[in-house]
Amino acid sequence: MKITPLIGLEVHLELETKSKMFCGCPADHFGKKPNTQTCPVCLGLPGALPVPNKKAIESCLQIGLALQCSINTISKFDRKQYFYPDLAKGYQISQYDEPFCSDGFLFLDSGKKIGIERVHLEEDTGKLQHKTLNGQKVTLVDYNRGGVPLVEIVSRPDLSSSAEAKEFLKKIHEIIRALGVSSVDLEKGQMRLEPTVNLCLENEIGSHYTPLVEIKNINSFNFASQAIEFEITRQAEEFSQTGIEKSSTNKTTRGYDAVKKNTFLQRSKEEAKDYRYFPEPDIPPFIIDAGYVEKLRQKLPLLPDQEIANLEKLGIDKKDAKILVSSNNQVALQTIKDYSTNSIVDIQKLASLIVNGKINSDQNLIEQYDKLTKIGTTDRTELTKVVREVLATHPGLVAEYQGGKASLAGFFVGQAMKATRGTADPQTLASLVADLLS
Amino acid sequence: MQKVIVTPAEVEKIAKLANLPLSSQETAMFADQFSATVNVINQLNEVDTASVPATYQVTGLSNVTREDLVDTSRILSQEVALREAELTHDGFFVVSRVIDTDTTESVI
Amino acid sequence: MKPLHELTVQEVHEGYRNHTFTCVQLVQHFLDRIKKYNPRLNIYLALNEHALEQAAAVDREIVEKGIDRELLGIPLAIKDNFLTTGLTTTASSYILKGFMPQYDSTVTEKLLAAGAIFLGKTNMDSFAHGSSTETSDFGPTLNPWNPKHLPGGSSGGSAAAIAAQLATAALGSETAGSIRQPAAWVGITGFKPTYGRSSRYGVIAMASSTDSPGPLARTVADAALITQVIAGQDVKDATTSPLPVENYLGSLNKPDLQGLKIALVKEYLLPEMRSDVKELILAAADKLRSLGATVEEISLMDPQYAIGVYTVVQRSEVSSNLSRFDGIRFGHDRSAFGQETKRRIMLGTYTLSAGYYDAFYKKAQAVRTKIIEEFAEVFKTYDAVIGAVSPGPALPIGATKDQPMFGEMEDILVEASSIAGLTSAGIPCGFVDGLPIGLQITCDQFQEEKALMIADCYQQNTSFNLFPDLDQTL
Repeated sequence: MKITPLIGLEVHLELETKSKMFCGCPADHFGKKPNTQTCPVCLGLPGALPVPNKKAIESCLQIGLALQCSINTISKFDRKQYFYPDLAKGYQISQYDEPFCSDGFLFLDSGKKIGIERVHLEEDTGKLQHKTLNGQKVTLVDYNRGGVPLVEIVSRPDLSSSAEAKEFLKKIHEIIRALGVSSVDLEKGQMRLEPTVNLCLENEIGSHYTPLVEIKNINSFNFASQAIEFEITRQAEEFSQTGIEKSSTNKTTRGYDAVKKNTFLQRSKEEAKDYRYFPEPDIPPFIIDAGYVEKLRQKLPLLPDQEIANLEKLGIDKKDAKILVSSNNQVALQTIKDYSTNSIVDIQKLASLIVNGKINSDQNLIEQYDKLTKIGTTDRTELTKVVREVLATHPGLVAEYQGGKASLAGFFVGQAMKATRGTADPQTLASLVADLLS
Repeated sequence: MQKVIVTPAEVEKIAKLANLPLSSQETAMFADQFSATVNVINQLNEVDTASVPATYQVTGLSNVTREDLVDTSRILSQEVALREAELTHDGFFVVSRVIDTDTTESVI
Repeated sequence: MKPLHELTVQEVHEGYRNHTFTCVQLVQHFLDRIKKYNPRLNIYLALNEHALEQAAAVDREIVEKGIDRELLGIPLAIKDNFLTTGLTTTASSYILKGFMPQYDSTVTEKLLAAGAIFLGKTNMDSFAHGSSTETSDFGPTLNPWNPKHLPGGSSGGSAAAIAAQLATAALGSETAGSIRQPAAWVGITGFKPTYGRSSRYGVIAMASSTDSPGPLARTVADAALITQVIAGQDVKDATTSPLPVENYLGSLNKPDLQGLKIALVKEYLLPEMRSDVKELILAAADKLRSLGATVEEISLMDPQYAIGVYTVVQRSEVSSNLSRFDGIRFGHDRSAFGQETKRRIMLGTYTLSAGYYDAFYKKAQAVRTKIIEEFAEVFKTYDAVIGAVSPGPALPIGATKDQPMFGEMEDILVEASSIAGLTSAGIPCGFVDGLPIGLQITCDQFQEEKALMIADCYQQNTSFNLFPDLDQTL
């Protein structure tokens, strides 16, 4: 029996706009005193109305472009309706059938193409805390986070392993950071992950699909990977015992337990949620023209895969290039760029030294490079050959030097430096010139 | 056009979706009233809308947004934000426990 | 001199200028009348305790600066679905009993900035769910012409406040008839601006895609002035229009209606309509002809369909808009909703639920398109469309009992224009059985000037603008 895991990822990103998605409250809510950053709109008071944040929309479109999506000409917001204390209005303003971006993709390093179904915009909910007050079990609600812009990225179930899922998540993480629209700090909940897993089991008779399982409450890539691993094994076993196949009504939600490293059933199966989506009547639709999209595309910063490709073109080793881009070390990357046309500095060597931690960005990179590389090439035997060659090329000047023009020593050293592409120790060269011409 | 009957069971389902507590009396009454209303609404099927798109908004407006700026004039102080609530505690709104697990996850 | 409660806005300002009376005197006069008649009529749910102080401040301002704010010292009645800090706002529902809003609606803020004084908040159908004010959780308002009858709704309190002369002018809102219909049932002037002309920010939402705040007043001129003050784009309401607000007052006082083409809708002369009501409408058409307009009969889609569209759209939207009333951040829990409200939430939930969305909501919005297109076609040829506002005069108290579709049936003649977001003036055009009948003058979107102009010309050339003597009628 051939088992192919089918893994899809839903990623939620908190955008770092100044204000919330539909009102002017500050979006930076982490660590603030409860309910100190709310207004009639995000607190869901009667009569309040939403007005969309332009920057949030732009950021969503940028993310879509970075993920090779089509930007839909017509899009709108919709109401997703359900009751929960952290949802002030009793509905979340999200996007349903006409999202901003759709049909994109991302390449894994293996060359495998992972489809991106959509990238859309919505608002975050408030935060709940469970407590016992005066013997009563209660839930405390803080709406500071309510209304913060969230971008949702939904992949197609094209991922086939936990490793691929992890790589996918890392790439998304890097792209978002490169765009500068969110710090995507997982510990702060700025990037939330929800894998959906099921299996395709093939035998001679045909294919069978296990029921879909959505896994929630995962806040690290490693946990995501572990949860997926566990699910794959669990589902295979469950199928061999029950033979239950996927249907339109048996999708379940499971939570991830980081301590036990397993997933557990979170909600007993109930009817598929009826969100009663309908177009948000308080917000006019969006008509996004191609010209505007083009302008946005041109304003996109260099994305990780492009940067890696550019570094490779400079002769840098792919592995080193990936690490450099991933480290997001802007100083290092800029220095490499600056010296890429400098013939004295060996870019590959520089990159390698940075990647191996021999050079740190606290001090001038080139100074450190000089020190390290020069110490590396004080080989007299090697350098003697070089100096001899230089002297042989300039017999006239040698004669002048020997006739008393001592300043020519500098010229010979310079030439020798050039010949060694700047990797020689100038003092060694100087002493060799002096020796050979004495 | 066949007359539509909305059953008390359906009414119960809807009441749950709508988060409305109903007595069994109310459920039965609503079932009757619904059926009457639905039959009126079904008259809409007499209108041919095959080539007609739906209108969700009559303004004809599009692309209405606001700049990404903090609007201090509308922010409510914690005191005012909590003022009209029946139950509050230490700056939080209070509801009786919603789910049995101790996770702080939301449905999203 | 006319009694203070019979003065229009202009007459009040004249009185202030000529030092005939002060603002304090005017406000006190209304407070005395309210004390006398409100217990029976049940128009005001809450009164402004600071009204006299504010009136004193107005008198000082008049001395220091004169009258340079459009509504300075004008006592207004405000429908209780507008959020007003300092005054409870309940939407006539138990669920909001005692609710003190933490912010003000844009429209009431504008009225205050123009110098108005709020006398209090008026009764309405609970959450605007009705056309009678009988669904109010705090008891119905009585019709000042005949206390055994209803004033109409949902802005019944505000309309009755004008008819009973318990305020100089009033603010209401229309989702489908809620300004025009009570205005018709109590015989006063009501004006519904185009959807998006005045801001909905801070108005407890009913049907988000049709709600339109507007005035109820003694005359078209007063209605025009109030509309002038409240109209305009609001950055807090994404559905408001960026079009500049015209000079509505400036379009009034035309001597005649020469050159105007008006359409009388055949279908609005309902088969079940009383012949005496029909006659009043036909007489109104004749009057408009005598003023120089061309009035022709046209045919529109059967208004029955507008009922279906409105029922679905309104209930769907309101069921969603009322989801925020969960008792967590304000108000009481959802069991405090009245019957009519519960019924509407349920039906709206049903029409939006999986399996029914296409059949109901989407279908209704498609029929809506047809209604809009039909009006657009009509307005290519005609300046205005007229008809009765209501199938008949004000119904008796108790008429809404066990009538799940009461509101929709009563609003049959005004739903189409509301669904299309048009503008419309409702003015009295006669009496049957001692109760008023109202005429609607409906124009295309953003043709407020035209609607007001025609209504004003008709009003100035007829004598139906009457007010009951409460000591007689009550």
